[in-house]
Parts: sequence; C-alpha cells; structure tokens
Amino acid sequence: MYPEFAAHAADPPRWWWWVAVAAMAVLLIAAPFFTDMAFQLDTSIIFVFALLALSMGFLWGYAGILSFGQTIFFGLGGYSYAILAIETGNTSLAFIGGLLVPVLFSVILGYFVVYGRISEIYLSVVTLVVTLIFEKSIRSTSGPEFVIGSVRLGGQNGIPGIPGLSLPGMEGAPLSIEGVFYLAGAMMLLVYVGLRLILLTTFGRVIVGIRENERRMELLGYDSRRYKLGAFTLAGAVAALSGVLYGAWGNFVAPEMFNLNQAAQVVIWVIVGGRSTLIGPIFGTGLVQYLSTWLGTVNVGQVTVVLGAILIIFVLVFPRGLLPTIADLARLVFRSQVSEK
Amino acid sequence: MVVTTIYLIVYAIALLVIISLGLAIIFGMMRVINLAHGEFIMLGAYACVFATGAGSPLWLAFIVAAVAVGLFGIVVERVMVRFLYGRIIDTLLATWGLSLFLVGIVTTIIGPRGRSVQTSFGSVDIAGTNISSYSFVLIGMAFLMIAITWSLVRFTRYGLIVRGTMQNAEIASALGVNRGATYMVTFGFGAALAGLAGAVLAPITGASPTMGLFFVAKAFINVIIGGHLPITGTLAAAGIFGSIDGVVSFLWSSVVGEVSVLIVALVLLRLLPMGITGRMRGGL
Amino acid sequence: MIRLNRRQFFTTATGALAFASTSSLLTRAGIAQEEPIRIANILDATGGLNIYCLKQIKATAMAVDEINANGGLLGRPLELVFYDSQSNNQLNSQYATQAFVRDKVHVLMGGVTSSSREVMRPIVQRFKGFYVYNALYEGGVCDRRHMCTGLVPGQQIEPLVDYVVNERGAKRGYILAADYNYGQITSKWMQKFIREKGGEDMEVEFFPLDVTNFVPVISRIQSAKPDVVWSALVGDAHVSFYRQFHSTIGKDEMLLATGTYGLGRENATLSPDENEGTIIATSFFDTLPTEAAADFIRRFKEYTGEDDYVSEYGEYGYRGMMLWAEAVRKAGSAEPDDVIAALDGVTFDGPGGLYTIDGKTNHVVMDVHIATGNREGSFDLVKSFSQRQPTDTQAVCDLEANPNDTTQYEPEL
Repeated sequence: MYPEFAAHAADPPRWWWWVAVAAMAVLLIAAPFFTDMAFQLDTSIIFVFALLALSMGFLWGYAGILSFGQTIFFGLGGYSYAILAIETGNTSLAFIGGLLVPVLFSVILGYFVVYGRISEIYLSVVTLVVTLIFEKSIRSTSGPEFVIGSVRLGGQNGIPGIPGLSLPGMEGAPLSIEGVFYLAGAMMLLVYVGLRLILLTTFGRVIVGIRENERRMELLGYDSRRYKLGAFTLAGAVAALSGVLYGAWGNFVAPEMFNLNQAAQVVIWVIVGGRSTLIGPIFGTGLVQYLSTWLGTVNVGQVTVVLGAILIIFVLVFPRGLLPTIADLARLVFRSQVSEK
Repeated sequence: MVVTTIYLIVYAIALLVIISLGLAIIFGMMRVINLAHGEFIMLGAYACVFATGAGSPLWLAFIVAAVAVGLFGIVVERVMVRFLYGRIIDTLLATWGLSLFLVGIVTTIIGPRGRSVQTSFGSVDIAGTNISSYSFVLIGMAFLMIAITWSLVRFTRYGLIVRGTMQNAEIASALGVNRGATYMVTFGFGAALAGLAGAVLAPITGASPTMGLFFVAKAFINVIIGGHLPITGTLAAAGIFGSIDGVVSFLWSSVVGEVSVLIVALVLLRLLPMGITGRMRGGL
Repeated sequence: MIRLNRRQFFTTATGALAFASTSSLLTRAGIAQEEPIRIANILDATGGLNIYCLKQIKATAMAVDEINANGGLLGRPLELVFYDSQSNNQLNSQYATQAFVRDKVHVLMGGVTSSSREVMRPIVQRFKGFYVYNALYEGGVCDRRHMCTGLVPGQQIEPLVDYVVNERGAKRGYILAADYNYGQITSKWMQKFIREKGGEDMEVEFFPLDVTNFVPVISRIQSAKPDVVWSALVGDAHVSFYRQFHSTIGKDEMLLATGTYGLGRENATLSPDENEGTIIATSFFDTLPTEAAADFIRRFKEYTGEDDYVSEYGEYGYRGMMLWAEAVRKAGSAEPDDVIAALDGVTFDGPGGLYTIDGKTNHVVMDVHIATGNREGSFDLVKSFSQRQPTDTQAVCDLEANPNDTTQYEPEL
C-alpha cells in the first residue's frame, strides 16, 4: 500500500542520525552569535510551523490517518494561550493550559472520527470541515459580548498584545527574539527526536502496523481504535504546542490560524518535504516558508502566481515530495557508481 | 411576514444550490476535491462581466460563461487532474495550487479592482414587500441548473455512462466505457456549472479576483454534508442550511445565521459522518 | 507587476525591493552622493487587501520622487524599501522586524487593517522607531511612536450625521456595519452622534466580511422604513449590499450615508445608478473642486500612467510621506526620537486641504468634506468642514502628559 515506507520505522536510529541531531543542536545554540534578530525571527516561525507539519506528517505518514484538521489544535492552542496569558498574567500557566485545552478537544474529536468507524476520505473531510467551522465561528466573535474572562475574542482581528512567554518564575521578563528562537528550535528538535523514539515503542510499532493493515492488527488482538485515538491525540498535542509557540512568537492570534489557507499550507509542507520521513515535513516547511517570505520582498508581481505554479509542478513532478525524490536520485547515482566498479 | 420568510428561505436555498452543484458533481462523481471551485465561479463572473460589457444580453452571457469555464475545466482536467485520479490528497493540493495561480493571474492581467455587470433590474411588490426582480432570476437559475443536471444524468446516454462509472468504474470500463473521456466530460460539466454560478452571481456580487473565497467554504460544507449523491445531497443539504440561514438571518442577524448553520453542520457531521446521502446506494 | 515610471529598481542587501529615484534625477538634484534616508513601506500588494493598497504604494513612491527632485530631505535622498505583506498578518510581523534590524530604516509606513497596525506597533516600540499609519480607523491609539494620518470617527462621523439628520432631515436611521472592531466601534459613534443630533437609531446589524447575501437585511429594512441607511460596511464582499440596495429599495425611497464607501474604490466598481446619491464624508476625493486636489490627481496620473480613480486611501500615502518630511525638516534630523519631538504643529497643505499634526494624540487635524456620489464614478462636493479635530482620540489620549502610553482606547458609549 505504501511502498515507500520500508519497515525501517521500528529500527533504532543509526549512530549517524544521533550525530546529525547533535550537530543540529549545536548549530541551534551557536546560531544567535552569528545571525541577526530578523533571521532569528524568520527562522523561529519556521520552527513553529515545522512542529505543525510534524504533527500532520506523523499522523499521516506513520499512523495512516489523513487529517486536515491539525489547524484546529493549532488555533485552539494559540487562543488558549492568549486568553490564559492575558487573563492570568502567568505565561507558564498559559503554556500548560494552551496544551491541555486542544488535547482535550483532540480526544473528543478523535473519539468521534475513530470510534465512529468512518471511511478514510470522510475522516479527512470531516477534519477539514471542523476547522472551517472553528474559523467561521471565531470570526463572528467581534462584538464586545464575546469575552472569556476579561479577554475579548476579537473576531476577525484576533487577539493582539499577547504577553511573550517567560521562563517559569520570571514573569514580566518575556523571552527576547533570541529566547523564542532557542525555545522554538529546542521544541522542534525534542519533538522530532521524541516522535522518532516513540516509533520504537510498542505503541509506535502497533501504529505503523495499523497503517499497513488494520484488519491484521485487530486479528492479532490489538484494539486499533485505541491506538489510532492515541496517535490522533499525540498529533493534536504537537499541533497545540505549535499553536502556543505561535502566540508567543508573534504576540497575536487570529482566526486565520483555523482557515482553509492554513490547513492547506500544512498539507503543502508535508507534501513538499515528503511524508515517508519525519525530517521531510520539517524540510518542506522550511522551504515553502522561506520562499513565501522571500517572494514578498522581490518584485515578482503577484506572489500567488508563483506559489500556485510551484505547487502544481510539485504535485505533478515530485508526487512523493522533494526529499524522497532526492534520496531516490542519490540512490540511483550511488548504485550506478557502485555497479561501475 | 409569511411571504417574506418563504422568499428568504427559497432565496437562501437557491444561492447554496447554485454555488455547490458544480462542486458536488465533481466530488460525487469523481471523488475529486476541487479547491479551485471558487476560482471557477470567479472566472464565470468575469466572463459574464465581459460578455455583457460587449453588449450581449444577460441570458447569453450566462451561456457564454458556462461554456467558457466548462472548456477551461476540460483543459485543467487534461493537463493536471487526470494524472491524479485516486490520489485524493494530490488533487487537493494541485487544485489548491491552481486556485492560487488563478487568483494571481487574474489580478495581474485584469487588475484587482472589482467589476460590475451593468444591468437594471427593478423590483416587484409582493404582498407589501419589495423583492428585487433579480432574485427571481437567481431562484429560477437554481431550478434550471438542477433540472438540466437531472435530465442529463437521467435521460441521456452520457448520464447512463456516468452513473455506471460512479457505481463501479471497473465494471463500466470492462463494458467498454472510456473512463478517461467520461471523467473529462464530467469535470468539464462541473466546471461549467461553477462558471454559470459565477455568471448568475455577478450582477449581485460583481467580479473580483478574490471572490472565490467567499463561496468555497460554504460550498464545500454543503457538498460534504450533502453526501456523495450530487443532486439529492446538494438539495437536501441546501434545503437544511438554506432554511436555517434564511430564517435565523431574518429573525436575528447574519452573524447568528452563519453560526447556526455551522452548529447544525457539526451536529449533522456527528450523526451522519458520510453526509446525508452517504449511505444511500442508488439514485442521484 | 508594480510598474512605476522613471524609477529604478534594485534590491537592498537583504533582498527587499527598494524604490529609489533614478540616478539622473538624483544627480540633477545634487544629492546623488549623500547617504540616503530609508523609509520602510509595508503594504499588501497581493491578496484581498490590495484594493486599498495599490494606489497608496504608488502615491508614496511619487511623494518620494517629488521630494528627491526638490533636493531631497536635509540634503539627502530618500529611499523607499517596499515589502508586500500579501494580506498575511504574520508577514507584517516579520517584515517590520526586518525593516529595523536589517534595512535600518528611519521610519515605517504602512499597514491597512487595525490588526496589522496592532502587530507592528509593539515592534516599532521595541526598536524605538517611528510608525506612520496611513489609514482610516476606529480611533483611540495613544502611542508617541505612532502617528495616524487618516480619519477617525470623531472627525468623520459627526459632520456626516449632522448633515444627514439636520440638513437632509433624515432622523430615523438603520445602521449596517462590518463585524470586526472597526465596524463595531464606528457603529457606536454613529449611534452616539445620531442621538446627539436629535435623530433615532432604530437598529444596528453586523456582517462578517465575507457576507455577500444582503437580501434578509434588506427585507428587514423595508419593514422598518427608516429615513436613512447608515453603512460602515467594508471590503469586496460588502459591495454587494450597494447593488442589492439599489435594485430593491433605491435612494429615492431612503438616503444612504456611509463612512467607508469609496475607500475600496467602490464608486469605480459600481454603475452610475448605484453610485449616484450615496452620501459620504471624506478628507479627499478625486473630484474635490480645489486646485490642490486637481493638481495631485493630474500629477498622479502622469506619474503612474493610470487613469482610474485614485481614492482617499491612495492620497493618504502621499500625505503621510509629506507630513513626515515636514517633521524631519522641522526637527533637522531623521532620527525617530527627534522627529517625534518635533511633530506637534507640523502642517502640510495637501490635496485634501490643510493637514496639521496634533502632538497630544499624534493624529491629524484635517478638512472633512461631505459629498454625494455622481454619475461619473466619483463624487460631488456638498460642503466642507474645515480643520476637524480628532475629538474621539483627544478625549482619551494625552501624549504630553503620558508620553509612555501605548494603549489603544475604546470609546465608552
């Protein structure tokens, strides 16, 4: 069914993977010393979005669940953080709350879609519709009567002026751009490593097994619904983390976090990077985000023309994503070199 | 009061039917999520603007728009969509790319300014309320679109082929049906309906490059909740949502109307996750 | 493609697009060798918001060219660094930071929506810069590093309501507004002034920005039979209202008065019938019968080669640049803190009349004109009110007493 997924997921990562991760960590720590604030700002948002892409990529690539609704938890995470941070002033509390609320909802939504035994495509579509419903509902909350505590939901405009995240115990001293850079980068690395290691556990193996053949896993005695719900919730938690960090990064949240555009962007990041790996979504996010930001500063006329064309070309020419295609090419070259000897 | 309420409900239903039918055909028949549906509507609106600008009467502009966008749809299918059948996610992506591309191209070539259709429709007085005459045109077009689609599918050979392919593509193909051609024509037809929708809406909303966004989410929700039978599903979903929207918007406000529709959509999704017609076997 | 005549495109070190006057122009002005003063211009050239921005982008560039041709500012050429925020608020955040950190601009101009302004203001504060917001908005921002050159409700709505209620005798009003903070607040001002002037506000309704179906509300309006419909509707989708209103009710039956019509160049989009008779209050429109206005329009058309309606938003770009330039001249320096200290009382005689900066609020005192739509896609002047103060913001904001204020106040109505 998914020929590009070898059984490698359950193999412990090789030594060179750990070296690469360590190298990334070192680069991350060293980066602020030779880059400016604008670079850190631009890159932190890539880290934040990479988390969102990871959540979708993991759920789809390894659990086989195609959800367009990761933006639901992204948006809920952002809004929960915003409301709690402004209301209580305690950003650590807001951070935790920002994770809990979406996770709770992901359990509920996951329960409906997984235990309801609905078909694959309808599951995907339902997740998309739910995120659209959130977007439209929140966009309608402009009036002063829509408050949670003392925080106006703000409707179309969203909630600006969110306090920046500060380390626990240091309230009132929000993280600088550099601090946010470190935090986002660290979170992304930790989640990436964490997800990779989860795949080694029983849970991870069952998930991949379910993706390969759900009936078989059930016959083996696993309640596939429980595992799928677990995967859905885990992905929801990662997306929620992304949302909280987004609020902390830009100090604003808006209904756009739930909309069709954002939901489609998540899909694009995963598609461009390739969904058969965990590194793929990260790579895809970086490429597409950088491109969008850069396009706005050079005179290409309408940016959407370029983005749209790129997207179409990608789907038609690189259907499995850039990384797998590059990997294939590399393998071809390597093999031909070997065979020459 | 009663007249007004009936009018508002019928109008809201007609509006939903018009913007959703094209998408329903493409999704129902081919399982393709066409995210460029909003832009097909937009192209139809522009076609209407230019046709009427060149002096054509409105009814002819409708036909021009439908044909033009239908042909464009066929081109899109040949160039892009046909390589992606069965790959739902890829069609979603590619059509989203197309949507972005079209918005950008139209803005570049035609300009971002909205355009109008120069028409003069008066209003008629029915039971004390003034109703814009154009509302009747819109409602009439909704009926017409359903009627045309239904007749085509029910009474023509093409319709038979399409229904067969919808039920079981393998068998249909084994019986000699050219699957590729069927899909191509169906996609074109769905696009034509979208173009027609745009043309019908143009006298009200005008034509602007980003107008597709106003409609695609609503159409999408309508189609998904309608389920996989394009005509029955669209009518059923539009009937429900249109009634709610029409009544609630009239009694309270637009905002409440929109939110109510969404809440009902959510409930329906929970109860009927495959849509209203999801579990229906036969029919249209 | 943003094609500007007599301009030279080049990319700065960061890749952002910079507009500068041609070298021949700079040489003729004698300033080609001097260190440029850099201005960041963050607006939406693409996406749904671009209907407001495209003319403003060009008007800003034209202003830069004019200043450079006249010897620059403080003997130095002006350089405009443009960023297309693509109607995406997140990019506003990134570009504003980039503007200060990498492109080292002396001033930031831009932002259309209130949310974009609220995203950029904290960034301007952080980098101790200066921000000129060239747009019409709901009022109340009290921030010395921010200056708004556009209309606020206190200036715009009061004369409009006064005219409609008292001179046209339309006492009973039905208000429609866009459902976000600008629409919410503007509708409150409409209600307040209507009541003060002796009118009656029958009903207020809000519409999300993507609503195109106004049939239900038009039915309600017909049952309510007001004398005037007040519109604070915004954006592309809401243009449908004006069409539907015209085809169902018509301005012979009831008046249509609005604070937002014309900003998105709706008058250029609609038919002569639909445009005719709509009452607006504005600080500039293309056919304002003054020499300054006619001259500005003539120069703009020559500069851009475009023939269509420019609009108030377009002119804001020009006046924002000119007002800031005047402040720089007065301060003798382009550094943000020096300019901010020199703001109070700076004037510029512009296309819409005399503009004066009010140092207590960093908003602009300007002439407000009541006009009605005509059959040529533009407006006819009815009467002008000279030098209207931004009373709503003045009531809550005093930057001289509280220089560290950065709040946006909302009116208690």
